[in-house]
Amino acid sequence: MSDHDYKPKSKVGQWFNDRLPLLTLANHLTDYPTPKNLNYWWTFGGILTFCLITQIITGLTLAMHYIAHADMAFESVEHIMRDVNYGWLIRYIHANGASMFFLAVYIHIFRSLFYGSYKSPREIIWILGIVIYLLMMAAAFMGYVLPWGQMSFWGATVITNLFSAIPLVGEGIVTWLWGGYSVDNPTLTRFFTLHYLIPFLILGLVVLHIWALHVPGNNNPVGIDIKKPSKDTVPFHPYIVIKDGFALLMFMIVFAFFVFYTPNILGHADNYIEANPMVTPAHIVPEWYLLPFYAILRSVPDKLLGVVAMLSAILILAALPWLDTSKIRSAVFRPLYKQFYWILVADVLILGYVGAMPAEGLYLLIARVATAYYFLHFLVILPVLGFKERTLPVPLSITEPILGGSPNLAAARHRESKIK
Amino acid sequence: MKKLFKLILILSFFSLYSAQTFAAEKVDYLKTDWSFKGLFGKFDRASLQRGYQVYTEVCASCHSMKYLSYRNLSEEGGPEFSEAAAKAIAASFDVKDGPNADGEMFTRPGKLSDKFVMPYDNVKAAQAANGGAYPPDMSVLVKARGGGVDYIYSLLQGYEDPPSGVTLDDGVYYNKYMYGNKIRMAAPLSDGIVEYGDGTNASVEQMSKDVTTFLMWAAEPHLEARHQMGFKAIVYLIILTILVYFSMKKIWSRVESEV
Repeated sequence: MSDHDYKPKSKVGQWFNDRLPLLTLANHLTDYPTPKNLNYWWTFGGILTFCLITQIITGLTLAMHYIAHADMAFESVEHIMRDVNYGWLIRYIHANGASMFFLAVYIHIFRSLFYGSYKSPREIIWILGIVIYLLMMAAAFMGYVLPWGQMSFWGATVITNLFSAIPLVGEGIVTWLWGGYSVDNPTLTRFFTLHYLIPFLILGLVVLHIWALHVPGNNNPVGIDIKKPSKDTVPFHPYIVIKDGFALLMFMIVFAFFVFYTPNILGHADNYIEANPMVTPAHIVPEWYLLPFYAILRSVPDKLLGVVAMLSAILILAALPWLDTSKIRSAVFRPLYKQFYWILVADVLILGYVGAMPAEGLYLLIARVATAYYFLHFLVILPVLGFKERTLPVPLSITEPILGGSPNLAAARHRESKIK
Repeated sequence: MKKLFKLILILSFFSLYSAQTFAAEKVDYLKTDWSFKGLFGKFDRASLQRGYQVYTEVCASCHSMKYLSYRNLSEEGGPEFSEAAAKAIAASFDVKDGPNADGEMFTRPGKLSDKFVMPYDNVKAAQAANGGAYPPDMSVLVKARGGGVDYIYSLLQGYEDPPSGVTLDDGVYYNKYMYGNKIRMAAPLSDGIVEYGDGTNASVEQMSKDVTTFLMWAAEPHLEARHQMGFKAIVYLIILTILVYFSMKKIWSRVESEV
């Protein structure tokens, strides 16, 4: 990489850079050699950064007007919606922003799964990502409690009660989490504090995530190691910046449509009813992005095992780099894995669907089958597939399939050797 | 471009999917043309004013609207009563204030800055007066019910005699749109129960539409501003996206690769 011998042009720049190499960092970020064949699925990293910053800025603004008190929280949200200048806009961006954030993160995760981005040497990037994802879920859950509507209150009650499944100390832990004997004002104030804290933890982890990415460089749709910089790469700026920018704008159009035209469609109507400990809603449903895990939780008849299954469903992802035994990264060259990949996508969507339905009859049966398949995919199919699968020939470089332009590999190789 | 299309397809699939997931309980509500729906949806001013009349003459005897102030009635995007009219409306209510210099509570005519006066002092009083059922606050009622405006509109017209085999307790009524079909509120509207100042015929259907429109505004007082800004924002984003697309094509044309 060229950035090691980077030298600022001006004297002042050199003086500063010798003491704090910020300019070297900026130079590294602009010059960062990126595979030139990245497709649009790779733009979601930038989109996610945008989501995080948007959530932090709108969140800070909301916190200036919000009152974290059981008697005033609901009213203060209505105050924001009615009387704060553009308060409705800020709140709707923040509330829908959470959903957009998860939409983007799911695409980002499934892109990794398809192209094998979690494999060596990118395990640390992947694990940092899983930690970020866990923190996102915690932040989203606590954020949903803050408006202190019925779904806030009862969602908080159900989820915190999961800890009571832990033998011996469970009940004690729940009381400790609540700061009392039920979800109440102390719960609300601590959730507010943590909801404020977690985004900054995420921000720190995102820096590490990107740092860890910049060591081996990006994976790419072909999934091969590439020389950097080479004719397989382009500098991050302007090539990737403009492409990420274009994708981000498309994403923002979808985002804006939700904010301005259907701002409440992703929420639950019951959350516009002020929290009432005396009245339980007919169905307690978490936000859509938690539904697959909710389905897994409910598909196990035993409470403790259900919690274990739900947590394992997330934590199993952290072990993915070792569960997937195939040396080939990209699903493009793994015909069998490609099929199982799409089955997994369908499986997760099905889990999400049954998670929103009552846990009974056919829905429960489907949830159980889908849960079993989810674990089967990671624990059996992936490890075995690495040994059994006959993969397709992988090209030598990114330029090869592009220059070749034909399925004739020999011809493509020949052309490439001439260019070299 | 094919990839882009795929991306859009998948994004729209996700949004549909989540919308579908939440439309779990499907009931066929009565339909009517709501002027506030759609990209340029705006409230029908006259309907809002009539709706306020229905609310204040019928609903307000039991249902509070504690997050609204009288000043809202003259604000842009709402019923837009003149300020004088809104002041007169406010002044027609007695507001408890105080304590004064002598430490006494006192009653005075309402001002624009006052919140809507509540029919009962507290929830317990409301329950006591209504056979144990609490008439919900109407400020955000439309957003607090799954079917939204269609549900409220239907409910107001959904009263009918119970089918044979269904027995109702005293003070319980049959409504085909109510969850569980049993409701504690007697049919609130009947033809001609209010007399509209603008000569509109006060049928149950008309009043239901007017008061539901009013409730929608009460729940979303900035709906018109939101629609207007949304259209501008999305047009702006689309134009910018097109410009950035061509810039991207230009920049990437230096590399033999497809974008």
